Amino acid sequence: MKQHLDLYLTLLKTSIISQFQYRVAHLFWLLAMMVEPVVYLVVWGTIATSQGGNVAGYTAGTFAAYYITWTLVRQMNIALTPYAFENRIRKGRLSNELMRPIHPIHFDMSYFMSLKVVTIVLWLPIAGLLWWVFQPVFTFTAWWQIPAFILALLGGFVTRFLCLWALGLVTFWVTKVSAVFELYFTIELLLSGRLVPLAIMPAWVRDISQWLPFQWTFGFPIDVAVGTLTGPQVAWGLAMQAVWMLIAGGILALVWPHAVRRYSAVGA
Amino acid sequence: MSQTIKVDTLIKTFQVPEREAGLKAAVGSLFKRKYREVEAVKKISFGIDAGEIVGFLGPNGAGKTTTLKMLAGLLFPTSGQIDVLGYEPQRREKELLRQITIVMGQRNQLMWDIPALDSFELQRAIYQIPEGEFRRMRDELIDLLNMGDLVKKPVRNLSLGERMKAEFISALLHRPKVLFLDEPTIGLDVTAQRLIREFVAAYNQRYQASVMLTSHYMADVQALCKRVIVIHHGQLLYDGGLAGLVEKFAAYKTIGVTLNDPDLDLSEYGEIISNSKGQVNLRVPKSATAQITTRLLNEVAISDLTIEDPAIDSIIEQVFQQEAQVV
Repeated sequence: MKQHLDLYLTLLKTSIISQFQYRVAHLFWLLAMMVEPVVYLVVWGTIATSQGGNVAGYTAGTFAAYYITWTLVRQMNIALTPYAFENRIRKGRLSNELMRPIHPIHFDMSYFMSLKVVTIVLWLPIAGLLWWVFQPVFTFTAWWQIPAFILALLGGFVTRFLCLWALGLVTFWVTKVSAVFELYFTIELLLSGRLVPLAIMPAWVRDISQWLPFQWTFGFPIDVAVGTLTGPQVAWGLAMQAVWMLIAGGILALVWPHAVRRYSAVGA
Repeated sequence: MSQTIKVDTLIKTFQVPEREAGLKAAVGSLFKRKYREVEAVKKISFGIDAGEIVGFLGPNGAGKTTTLKMLAGLLFPTSGQIDVLGYEPQRREKELLRQITIVMGQRNQLMWDIPALDSFELQRAIYQIPEGEFRRMRDELIDLLNMGDLVKKPVRNLSLGERMKAEFISALLHRPKVLFLDEPTIGLDVTAQRLIREFVAAYNQRYQASVMLTSHYMADVQALCKRVIVIHHGQLLYDGGLAGLVEKFAAYKTIGVTLNDPDLDLSEYGEIISNSKGQVNLRVPKSATAQITTRLLNEVAISDLTIEDPAIDSIIEQVFQQEAQVV
């Protein structure tokens, strides 16, 4: 345990040093990523106002709270895309990681965790500006809302990270599978709460998304922060995150030994 | 001496998709794909002792890198046995990975944007090297490679030679017992090549590490390897001393003569390789060397005569041009 802690702290430290080398690039990247939620926010805020103040219970202020939290959750659940995995397999870049006496997943995990340290620092002033412009309305019902949000945020990242890593393993069998990834990301966009809050979606969509991982990695942490969920709903969401972590982790543990046998280390 | 690497009838076969050129064939391959089996490594066997440096030679596509990757555990063999330090590399056990390293001249392992020193720290954590031991080894390697304060510069700002030296330090911090070096001096200038060679020799002597080296620079091989393994088309052509390789494959010798009369034509004695102001180099069949030398001494007025084996580069080239003939 002490060894793993040392490794993670050193990996985090090294990755953060590396990330800060490109802080300006990160800032511009972050600003570019803000365009999407601001567009959603303006559109839904306008619709809410034109429909007498709310859409399915969401007022302009609640939409503002939703999409400002969205910007944080989006940053927090960025993980290694299967595209990067495909590139790594096709060009043999996995060789370096495979030569080390530690599973490659730890390098990716620490890299993306360090990325968040940097982006949070840069995100804070942007969030402050959005807050000032759009005047969000959060509902705080209980003290546990804050620790539950932090847990849901972390759980969302780990769940999405493991799901995408597991999906990336497909590239050991089929070299170019971008179309599969596109399909995954499109479904994720619709069923995660990224495009619109799931509360606004039809009931049958909400029913389906209950049993898929997407909303637990995106819409759920936002809803916890905004204050639209009850205690049991929050507990259910955290449990669903744990279930999906176990499923994706289990797939990884089972498939990885077979996947790595197929690695051809081309070009490296 | 104990063997650190044992390879027995190793085979690696790749399945390669293939189709004819053109749209029709491309559409056809959507429904029915054709595969061809390519045997990259064909039943090769050899062993390497602890502390031995072995040159692994072959032209591009001979199967060298495929073999090295199997020895390092990056590729699974199709059949045959590999034993490295008592482990099967393809199982990628942590205990083995802590004792081996691979350095590839065309592949960076260091983090690009941060100083090499920070990457070394990462290696310490990955290999769980005790702090004191890590500092001793790091400083020793920095000293051996004359890196000094260069390790404090971001890796992207280092020259190719400096970067390669930093790669070596990073790869050896955990004091591996087996080194796989794949073209480690590629693209480096002569000085950097020499320094890397001296460094590998010093590390080998100090830690009795086994080294398998592939290089297209014969100077690397001549400086470091008493023994070479030559493969071609995936088959083992030769395994033995470097001197023996010359003996076995050099079909010609070079006779150098200094003529009293610079205008004399010596083409009847052998193939003239060079002729400069009476300094003539002749290529003659090895079996006829003694007879031609006697004739030259008896028939031509010469002031000096030397007999040399051809350069190792040309012998290797000649070996590669021959059809594979398993020894």
